[in-house]
Order: sequence, then structure tokens, then C-alpha cells
Amino acid sequence: MSTPQALAAGSLPPTAPRRNESSASWRLTDRLGLGFAWFLGLLFCVITAAIVIYLFVQGIRYLRPSLLVTNPSAGFTESQTGGFLDPLIDTVVIAVMSMAIAVPIGTAIAVWLSEFGRPPVLARIVESTVEMLAGTPSILLALFGTLLFEAPWLGFLSRTSGGVVFGRSFFAAAAMLSLLALPLVVSSVREGLQAIPSHVREASYAVGKTKTATTRRVLLPAARPSVLTGTMLGLGRVIGDTAIVVLLLGNTLTNDPSGSAPILSALRGTGSTLTSYVFYNAPTGDGDQPGKAYAAAFVLLLMVLALNVGVDIVGRRGTALRWNS
Amino acid sequence: MKVDDDVLSDEESSAGPDQRAELTLGALVCVVVGLVLAMFVFVLHEAWPSFAHNGLHWFGAGGSVDNQIDAIYSSGDNAARAVYTFHAWPLIWSTILIVGGAVVIAFVCSLFVAVFIVEFAPEPMRALLQPVLRMLAMVPSVVYGLLGVLVVVPFINNHLISEHSKASVTPIITLDGYSLLAAVVILAVMIAPVMISIFVNGLRAVPRGWLEGSLALGINPWRTVWKVGVRTARPALVAGTVLATARGIGEAVMLSMVSGSVGFAPNPADGLVFIFEPSRPLAATIIDNIDQLTSPPMRHTLYALGAVLLFSGAMLSFAGWAAKQPLRRYGVLA
Repeated sequence: MSTPQALAAGSLPPTAPRRNESSASWRLTDRLGLGFAWFLGLLFCVITAAIVIYLFVQGIRYLRPSLLVTNPSAGFTESQTGGFLDPLIDTVVIAVMSMAIAVPIGTAIAVWLSEFGRPPVLARIVESTVEMLAGTPSILLALFGTLLFEAPWLGFLSRTSGGVVFGRSFFAAAAMLSLLALPLVVSSVREGLQAIPSHVREASYAVGKTKTATTRRVLLPAARPSVLTGTMLGLGRVIGDTAIVVLLLGNTLTNDPSGSAPILSALRGTGSTLTSYVFYNAPTGDGDQPGKAYAAAFVLLLMVLALNVGVDIVGRRGTALRWNS
Repeated sequence: MKVDDDVLSDEESSAGPDQRAELTLGALVCVVVGLVLAMFVFVLHEAWPSFAHNGLHWFGAGGSVDNQIDAIYSSGDNAARAVYTFHAWPLIWSTILIVGGAVVIAFVCSLFVAVFIVEFAPEPMRALLQPVLRMLAMVPSVVYGLLGVLVVVPFINNHLISEHSKASVTPIITLDGYSLLAAVVILAVMIAPVMISIFVNGLRAVPRGWLEGSLALGINPWRTVWKVGVRTARPALVAGTVLATARGIGEAVMLSMVSGSVGFAPNPADGLVFIFEPSRPLAATIIDNIDQLTSPPMRHTLYALGAVLLFSGAMLSFAGWAAKQPLRRYGVLA
């Protein structure tokens, strides 16, 4: 199960302390190798710093408060094409919707895997399924979602015209994005549950609690930091995905509701998120407004940075809770 | 296990809710597994007509892919005259070149960085590298694509491609910076964090005593890590490489932006210039032509591209699992 957590490239566990000795006595090739390792380590720091600083500079250059409160519109110049209010709102809506699906289901799968897991054959199948889901390209989930939500019996979730189901809506995009976040949630929660030593469970059984009560009252509260970590890693994946959004959210400039019910119509309709907005406004897209793309990418990067800091904070809190000491 | 259960349910009335919970969770788990299986069935079923019409020639070379795509798309309005002829070799070749190149570069870099993190980095450096690598992994691919299009591609066009090399391939293809090189470099940065994190886990799982034994023989730490640590962690290296490859193959958005999006097979016979030639990998082809899903033959063709991705992804995921088994044998869980 190292796959999803590895994909998140998140936690590096601490190593044993080691003595530092001088490399002066080494052969030249070994010292060159160590130098190369230092160079590469610093290179990654420089690349990250360059990406962040460059986007900050461009973001500050192009981001105007007015962009955040106006909607995109068709046009050929910076002044005509408006801002990205709808994509910004839709990003949040989509993120909330897909995490509302992924977190409960992911936690349930993790609980089943770590606390029940019978029959063992099924557990193995589930494990490899989750692992495979983690390796599935999002473009495939998007293609699958198109097939799934164009099915007539799911027509109530999107726009229908003349018996043909459009299959593109917030529901469709959120459902498929939740599959993208699912492996991250599962592996994170499972790791958290497995880190709880068995004597904690046994203590709960000893006072007469059932397994269900133990899971709900003891294990899940104790594993809350890892649920939170999984949620944030999943969120990072969800707000950063483009393929599913382009395909299943319809990628319309502004929100295009379907029907007349107040909230439901918007969710059955189409829209776009920040990622698809960037994709659309890049020089290779149809919009070709690099300034707007930079501004939206800057906002996106701020979100990712916030999530990254959040994972760090939760991770530090999580290690503060030690069972055996 | 079974016996315990029966005893419990006989003696304790509270076993009821437990069984209910287990069944509910089990059913949910089965639904998710079923959904993933359904993905395979649905995609393969939708892809079948394209494979059926082309046979193994689907994977072969022949004609211009872009012309074939146009013909397939425009034949969509008349079901009787639907065209399916499709030879995907330029797209497959482009995928092999881009992903292969990125994986090779990322592998070398990741191995050095992983060794550095596990054995040699001073504490502040390690504390810095962890959020840095997580950040690199979390930056959305569309942002990488945007930076590629607006920074890397113009740089390659202005500084790396000489007028002479542009002229040398003028009759065949225009070089404008959208190139293999840009795609490979950016993809390498994108997949390296995945590799590093798996490599680091593998190197950490190497029993300390094995390394100490080598050090005790007077072998310096650098040699020790490479001769003992890296060798022991080989399965983790394979697993990480495989997963990163799967990631690269599935990357659609960034590659569609920087690879040039031309159905052209870069030709190594052109000499070094070929790394500046544009192309378009499989996944990028799907996202580039996504508006054409309305045309039935085009739809089948796009799903066939997806089926190839799905199949290679599943194979890679299986290979990664198989590569990790030897580690389990030693009781080392990476």
C-alpha cells in the first residue's frame, strides 16, 4: 500500500541518527558523487523556489482585485475577457463536493481494511484495486465518467435534451474527482489506524465495547490527524486536476445552470474551475490570455501552498501523539 | 478467526452491530471494486470497434495520424460510411520517447537525492527537502504546462535551437520550441518527487546492521550506501520507477501544452536536432480531441487510445507489485 502515499510524495519518516565524518579521506570519485548529490538536492530546492517566486511575481503583476469579482467573458484583449469569479467559486464547490464523497468512503474502506479485512482474498483484491486506482490517469477516469453519466438512468444528474443525456455536470465531475482523491485518503487513514497499537483496542474491548463502538469512539478520533492529512492531500489532487474538469464539468466560460431548482440546477449545469481556466487561457488554449492564466495559476498556487503548509502542521501535531512513550 | 466469531455471537448480544457494520463496510468496499472493474469493461467495450477495424495495424505506422483523425472525425455524420483507419505509431513513439527520457533523467536524479536524504543530508537540509518535494508533487500539472509554454518553450526556441538546425528540417517540420526536450525536462521534474519518496522509503527499510557491517570493514559511507543500501533497495527502485512511468504515461494536460501537439514521430536519424522536434503522446491526443467525442467513430478511436493507456497502466501497476515481493520475503516492508 505504499503507492498512494508515495504518489502524494508526502511523509518521509525520520531516520536513525548517524555520525558525521569528514569525506576528506574518500576517493575522488566518491567525493564527486557526494558533490553531485548535494548539487541535485539544492537543484530541487532551486526549481521549487523558482516556480513559486516566478508565479508570485507574475501573479502580483497580473492579479487585480477586479479579476476576483467579475466573470469570464469572450473577447480578444485583456480588458474584454473579464475575471474568474465563477471558476474560483466552482473550484471550491467541486473540491467540497468531491471530498464529501471521498472522505467518508475512503475512511470506510480504510477501516474495513485495517479492522475487518475478511475474507483475506477480498482484502487483497481491495488493496490492489485501490493501488491501481492511484495509478489510473485522470484522463481515463474522465473518459469512464463520460460513459457512466451519459447513461439514461443517471440523466437526472445532468442536462437532458430530447432524450440524449449530456453527461456533464458538477455531480459527474465531483464523483470522478472523488475517485482520484480516494486512494490518498485510504492510504493515509489506514496508516493512521495501523499506527494505533493493539493494546488500545484491547483496552476498549476489555471494558465491554463492541468493535463498532471501539472504531467510532476510540480509533477514528485517534486517527483524526491522518484523516485530515488524507483529506488535504486529496484536496491537492482534486483542485489540481484538469482532465476530468475539462471533460466532465463542460468547461463553459461561466456557470450554465440546467433547470429551475435553485441550487440543484447549478449543480446539474456546467462550469469551469481554475485549472480549466488556466488551460483555456494558456497560449495553447482557445482563450490565449497569458496574463489571465498567470493570475489564475497564482491563485491556484496559493491554494496548493496553503494545503502544503496544512499537511506540515497536521503532520507535526500527529507526531506529538505518541502511544508508547 | 471464524471460531472466535461464533463464540462471541453466542455469548455476547452485542456481536450483532459488529456484524452489521462489517457487512455494510464490506458491501461498500465491493461497490468500489465493482466500479473500477466497470471502468475496464466500459472503456474496452467502447474502444473495441476501433481495434476490430484496424487489427494489429492500429499499433503500426502508416500515413499521417492527424489526417487519419480528421477523416475519422468527419466521417461521423454517416454511420454507413464511418472510417476507422488509424495507425497510432507516431503517438506511441512520442509517448515512449518522452516518458522514457523523463524516467531516465528522473531516475538518476532521484537515486542521488534519495541517497542524499537518507544518509548524507544535514538535518536542516532534510527538513527543507521534505516540503520542497511535496510542493513539487502538488503543483497542478496545468501550472507546469503554463510555465512550460511561457518560459521553457520560448527559452528553447530562442537560445537552444540554431537557425541552422531549423533550416535542416524545414521541409519536414517547423521547430518552434515546442519539443521533446521541453516535454522531457518538465515531465522529469513532475515525476521525480514520486520516485524520490519511494526510493527513500526503500533505503530507510534497509536493515541498519547490514550497513554497519560494511562500515565496520572500513568501507567509506558513500561506497557502503551504493554497494549495500542501494542494492538491497533494488525492488523499491523498480517499484518507484514503474509508478513514475505510469504517472508519466497518464500525464495529458502538461504534455498537450508543451509537446507541440503535432502527430509527428521525431526521427533520431535527424541527429541531435530530433530532441527539438514536436510530437504528441497518447494521453495528450485524447485531451486535444476531446470536443470530437460527438462523432461515433472518433469516440471509439479516442476510447481505444484510453484503453491502451489503461492497459499499460494496469500492467505497470502489476509489475510494481511484483517487484515489491522480494522485499516482503526479507520481512522488509517498503
